[in-house]
Parts: sequence; structure tokens; C-alpha cells
Amino acid sequence: MFEATSVNHHNDRVQKQVKILFGIMLALLIIPMVVIVATLLIKGSPIVNLSFIFEDPKDGMTAGGIFPALLGTIWLVAVSLLASVPLGVAAAIYLSEYAPDNLLTRLIHLATINLAGVPSIVHALFGVGAFVVFFRFGTSILAASLTLAIMTLPVVIVSSWEALQSVPRSFREACWNMGATRWQTIWHVVLPNAITGILTGVILQVSRAAGETAPIMFTGAAMFLPFLPNSVFDQTMALALHLFVVATQVPNVPESLPFGVALVLVGIVLLMNSVAIWIRLRLRRKKKW
Amino acid sequence: MSGPFLSSSGAPPPEPAIRIREFNLWYGTFQALFDINLEIKNGLITSLIGPSGCGKSTLLRSVDRINERLGYVRIRGSIEVFGQEIHAPQVEPAQLRKQVGMVFQRPNPLPISIRDNVLFGYRIHHEKGGRLARSEADGIVEEALRQVLLWDQVKDRLDHKATDGLSLEAMQKLCIARLLPVKPSILLMDEPCSALDPRGTAAVEELIWELRDRYSILIVTHNMAQARRASDECVFMLMGRVVEHAPTDQLFVTPAHRETADYIEGRFG
Ligand SMILES: Nc1ncnc2c1ncn2[C@@H]1O[C@H](COP(=O)(O)OP(=O)(O)OP(=O)(O)O)[C@@H](O)[C@H]1O
Ligand SMILES: [Mg+2]
Repeated sequence: MFEATSVNHHNDRVQKQVKILFGIMLALLIIPMVVIVATLLIKGSPIVNLSFIFEDPKDGMTAGGIFPALLGTIWLVAVSLLASVPLGVAAAIYLSEYAPDNLLTRLIHLATINLAGVPSIVHALFGVGAFVVFFRFGTSILAASLTLAIMTLPVVIVSSWEALQSVPRSFREACWNMGATRWQTIWHVVLPNAITGILTGVILQVSRAAGETAPIMFTGAAMFLPFLPNSVFDQTMALALHLFVVATQVPNVPESLPFGVALVLVGIVLLMNSVAIWIRLRLRRKKKW
Repeated sequence: MSGPFLSSSGAPPPEPAIRIREFNLWYGTFQALFDINLEIKNGLITSLIGPSGCGKSTLLRSVDRINERLGYVRIRGSIEVFGQEIHAPQVEPAQLRKQVGMVFQRPNPLPISIRDNVLFGYRIHHEKGGRLARSEADGIVEEALRQVLLWDQVKDRLDHKATDGLSLEAMQKLCIARLLPVKPSILLMDEPCSALDPRGTAAVEELIWELRDRYSILIVTHNMAQARRASDECVFMLMGRVVEHAPTDQLFVTPAHRETADYIEGRFG
């Protein structure tokens, strides 16, 4: 009784093959990442120390630190967040809580998702046309940040929208039936429960904004500046562009320098992403409905 | 559990809590309610029965005008709550919903503390930025929880989140409790016991019966025994129409319509 039949054997074999196949795919995915990070660590870490981070570049960017670029990246990301988060979250709230569920709303939703896939060079050209030229911001932190904001906006909207949608409808109904207005419902119940999800989406965009070169190259980031920016109307250096420059544009750069810059950049991105993951884990533990 | 028709010594008949006249409702092009005429008497428990999809929830949700949130709902006809037409232009839905509380099938406490759940409605209607004094809030919370027979069970964990650690029965009682601080006069309940086990059902039924003197209660139920046990009057609906409305004893013993008899004897639905 209960002995395996040939069907069982066949199923077992398929099961094993599938397992191996997926294992190989996973390895194909992970190995390049491990190699990249390991290379960066090995070649970059000797040069990365406090003075590398807090000093200016020297000798035509062949020596010294990366401070102006690091500071510039922080400027760019911060200003772009100031623009994209309020706008994106407000748009998501409108789409999720106020807009009637009709064809137009769904088209807008679909369009937003597709906008997220537009190559960043297209955003860059839009930024030049709109912010640098039309609004006369010139090549400046403001123009570059707004360009980054435009680039990250679709994902901020979509991820916030999803976070809002994941708040159970029954909470909203409970509020409405007690006489709460839509805004009271959003403020007291929906947002507090969606905020962690919204934050995760935002942080993932932070790391994207920090890493992009194309959108800032023509709108406000400079290859080298002898001074730090004083206002959003100044140009600035930025890590991603600095990496591009020291890796390809400047002769006689010691090999470790670009690896050091890359290591810092990747470190920032990984740090931001781990914060997002941490928030998500906490969210999952807290949420029990 | 005597019937409602005990007209007390020639006094004018009390105003009905809800008076529905020639009420029709469409979800888009689908008509869910047809020419509803109904008077729900003040201070009684009226149960609303009928097969699935006959429009019981829709009717209930029309009384606090929550259906209009859907955007694609059209209505024709009139609903009065204590003599006031609820669709009149000057009516503020928030004020209506203060007067008319709703309890759902699945207990849906908010993911905040038990205390804040009870205070939620009150805050929405009373606080304008100004904070409620702690002592006043405590009084409100205790009174509401006592009314729903939940005080002793939760008084030591008012600051715990209401969405974890409470039984479904306790959650449902809490959902009733949070309606009370704004002093509603009508409670609408949409199958309030159907997610509960028999013991919880009995407890919540007992509570509803306790609330009977203070509130007019309209309760949807699929449970014939419950309707029979725990209501003064009974309304039977079928396919978007009211078929019969009578004192509960009468409706269950000598139904006037064929369909009613078939339904309460379990021949369909
Ligand atoms: N939001 C909605 N949009 C469109 N149609 C709806 C909606 N809600 C209900 N309906 C339809 O209206 C009719 C009445 O539904 P309703 O929920 O009022 O019935 P019910 O008597 O409460 O049923 P049940 O006993 O299953 O809860 C059904 O045919 C249903 O499909
Ligand atoms: Mg229903």
C-alpha cells in the first residue's frame, strides 16, 4: 500500500529540475552583485576614510576627498524630496481617496505607472527645457532637484497610492458612518496606517535620486567647482557625476579613487534601502488586521 | 416583547423614527430598491429579513446616506428621520450620521486604542482643535463601555490597541459603544452577529435588547430565530421590495403573504 507510482516519480523529477533551475537563476542574479560589492570593497576601501569624505578634491581631482560632491548630492536629494513628496503624496491621496473610480482615474493611474518607466535622459531633457530655460532657473540646484523630483514623482505617487489602498476599506466605512468627513478619515485613520508604506516608497526613490547622473548633468551639476553652493540657485558637484568624471574624464587618476567614490555612493544607497527594509519589517510586525 | 400597537390612551401616535416613502435606488443602471414604503417605530427593535441580495443592506445604508459615497448611486423618493427629510438641501450628512449610528457585519474597530475608539466619533463632532479634558473623556469612555456591558472586561486595558487581543464579540460591542457618545437616537445594524459564535451572538443579542429603551434599532439578520426572539416588529423584503411589515409575533405565526411564509419556513433564501 501507498507505494510511489511512476506518476509520483515523474512529479518528483520535475520538482527537482524546477528547483535546480530556479537555484541557477538566483545565482545568476546574486553573483554579479556580490562581485561588484566585493570589488568595490577591495579596491575602494583603502582610500575611504574620514578625510576622504570631508576634504575637497585636489590636484585636478586626482587626489583629495569628495566632500563637495557628497554635500551636493545631499542638497539635490533633499530639495527634490521637498518637491516630490508633498506633491506625490497629495496626488496619491487624491487618486485613492477622492477621485471617482472611473475610466479617467484608471487612465491616470496607468499613465503614472508608465511614466515611472521613462528613461532618465528624457527627464533630463524635460528638465533643461522646463526649469533651466523656461522658468529661467539656469543650471542650478533648483533646476536639477526639480528634474530629479519629476523623475521620482511617478514612483512616489504609485507607491503611496498602493500604501493608501492597503488600508482596509472597513476602517474608512467605520469613520464615514460616524460622520467623519473624508479629510478627517484620511487624517486620523488612513494616513497613520499608510505612512510606513509611503515612507518605504519615498526612501527607495531617495536612493534612485542619489544615483542618477543624466537628469542632473545638464541641469545643475558641475564637474568641478572651487566653492560650495550657497543657495539653490548655485550649481553643485554631485557624487554620481563626480564618479563619472574621475572614472572617464580626468587623466592620471589613481585607480583607487573612482572605486572609493563608487563605494561611498553604493554605501549611501544600501544604507537608504536598509532603512526602507527595516521600516517595512517593523510595519509588518505591527500590522495585524 | 409586546407589539407596538399599544396606543397609549388616545395620545397622538408617536412620530416614527424613520419614515420611508416611495423610495427607489439604482446602482448605476441596476435598480436595487423599488418603491419602498416603511415606517420604523420609535423606541422599538425592528428586524429586517429577506434572502441574500434582496436589498436589506442597501436600504440600511440609505438611511445614513452612506451609499452616496459610491458616486454611481441614484435615488428617488423620500426618507424622513424624526420627521426631517434627510435629502433636503440643508441637511449635513455628518449631522445625520451622528443621529443614526451604523454597526457592521464584521466588527471594524479602528487600529487605535480602545479608549480612542470610543472617543473617535465624539472628537469628530465636538473637538475643534481644542482638546477634550481627560476627566471628561474618561467619563464618556466609561459610560459608553458600561452601556455595552464591556467595561469590566476592558477597563484595565483601555490603552491597548482595539484590533488585537479582543474577541470578535468584544470588538462588536466596542463598535456599538463608539456610537453612543454622540447620542444617536437610531442604531442601524447590518447582521451584527453573523461573524460571532453562538455564545457571542447571545451576548450581543442580550446587549441589543438592553439598548432597546434608549434607541430605535433597525437590525438586518439572516437568523430567523434571532429575528423572532429579539425584535418587536419585522420587515420581510424580497427582490428590492418590502413584502410585509408586521409585529414579529404576527409575522412569524400568521404571515399575510405566501412569500413570507415560504421564507420563514426556509423554503428559499
Ligand atoms: N456597491 C454596489 N454596487 C453595485 N451593486 C450593488 C452594490 N451593493 C449591492 N449591490 C447589489 O444590490 C443588490 C442588493 O444588495 P444588498 O447588499 O443590499 O443585499 P442584502 O439583502 O444586504 O444581501 P445579503 O443578505 O447578502 O447581505 C444585490 O443585487 C447586489 O448585488
Ligand atoms: Mg447585506
